[in-house]
Amino acid sequence: MTVLSIELAYWQQTTLRVLGGAVAVLLPAGTLVYIYLFKLMSFVQSRLGPMEAGPAGSLQLVAEVGKAFQKEDIFPRKADRIVFAAAPFVVLMSTFLLVLVVPFGPDAWFVDLDTGVFFALAVSSVSVIGILMAGWASANKYSLLGGLRAAGQLIAYELPLVLAVMGVVIQAGTLNMQDIVLAQAEGEIFGWGGIGNPFILTQFLGFAIFLVAMQAELTQPPFDMPVAESELVSGYMTEYSGIRFLLFFIGEFATAGVFSMVAATLFLGGWWVPGIDPDSNLFNVIGPIVMFAKVMLVTLLIFWFRFTYPRFREDQLQRLAWKVLIPLSLLNIVITGVLKVAF
Amino acid sequence: MSDFLRSYLVVAIFGGVGIALVGAFLGIASILRPSRPSEQKLESYESGVDPSGNMWSQSNIRYYVFALLFVLFDVEAVFIFPWASRLEALGLFGLVEMAIFVFILLLGLIYAWRKGMLRWV
Repeated sequence: MTVLSIELAYWQQTTLRVLGGAVAVLLPAGTLVYIYLFKLMSFVQSRLGPMEAGPAGSLQLVAEVGKAFQKEDIFPRKADRIVFAAAPFVVLMSTFLLVLVVPFGPDAWFVDLDTGVFFALAVSSVSVIGILMAGWASANKYSLLGGLRAAGQLIAYELPLVLAVMGVVIQAGTLNMQDIVLAQAEGEIFGWGGIGNPFILTQFLGFAIFLVAMQAELTQPPFDMPVAESELVSGYMTEYSGIRFLLFFIGEFATAGVFSMVAATLFLGGWWVPGIDPDSNLFNVIGPIVMFAKVMLVTLLIFWFRFTYPRFREDQLQRLAWKVLIPLSLLNIVITGVLKVAF
Repeated sequence: MSDFLRSYLVVAIFGGVGIALVGAFLGIASILRPSRPSEQKLESYESGVDPSGNMWSQSNIRYYVFALLFVLFDVEAVFIFPWASRLEALGLFGLVEMAIFVFILLLGLIYAWRKGMLRWV
């Protein structure tokens, strides 16, 4: 592979990819927490938010991480120590594997799997296991309830998530993420190819279902029954303190960022912007920036819902998944299939 | 090594890096943090009062029907994926076949719905 006409050996490529992957996971997570969770949330609630650390509180995140590093590490006496310690590893590993299939430019990808979408959906559900492990191993009633609720919620919303993506796969005719971006760049909307075919326009129902299901998969409010502070005291995270709590926290927002990358790739055209030839080498440079902008857009929606909606009850939550989203997404598949064959 | 296996080598490396990064976080923290365990501190948290009963208590989980339905639909999704990526070549024949398949599964969902399986309480 050549990057900007420099020939690279395999180990050099891999090192670059690993570094890029760490940045792609951690940079959006930090940005989201400061801009949206600290600042936007405060403005929505008519307050200023953090103002002391750095200009406009911009170093607040550093202070928080520094604080978590100095906290004592507490293993409850009754906890299952091995599983308790392993749970954050499983959750974070799921995020790291999810970022793999996201392309950032014609040549700037981590790994070009032919089953990219399939792989992304598969590894994203690994985090359920980590959450169940945390809930069970804590030996705490709140944690157990939170873990079970999380498992019930994640499997219920896994289905609309998977089925909503199917519409995109039908339109693009491939499971490869890179080819899905190209299909959007070179596509036409009923014969008009002025801005390509970003699937948000022709798959709007799919995008809406994907967004709702994604919100639930991330256990962000209004789907935060598993981690409800006021009744379950953070659910499966109750017994975690200091650095281990921080790891779950990072995992939550890193996954929000990475899931938005997947959504941006599938529905918003990924690294591509209309008007520039998708084979152009320029995209290897501006691709990551375009991607970042699109990720901020998708996460803006996620956080906006988070700040403005009250929490769903457990029965409402299951009803929404099984009686509304799944039939809708099956309908979406059928309509997309018929249109694909007809045109 | 073939390109196919090489790309999965990158997958393995990323998984390893994810674990190493978490390990690094925990390692740095273990140098910085104090350790003064006490009886009270190691007790399970139960809103400030002494915890009562067995922590791994049995609870009525209503999720098992949902879990069964989940397996059903997840297997369905596995069958739809290859169909979805080849629909252009399969044409009308593939569309009708899949419509029948989805319809039968939809009947299953409607059956569960009518039987009240999807109701929470």
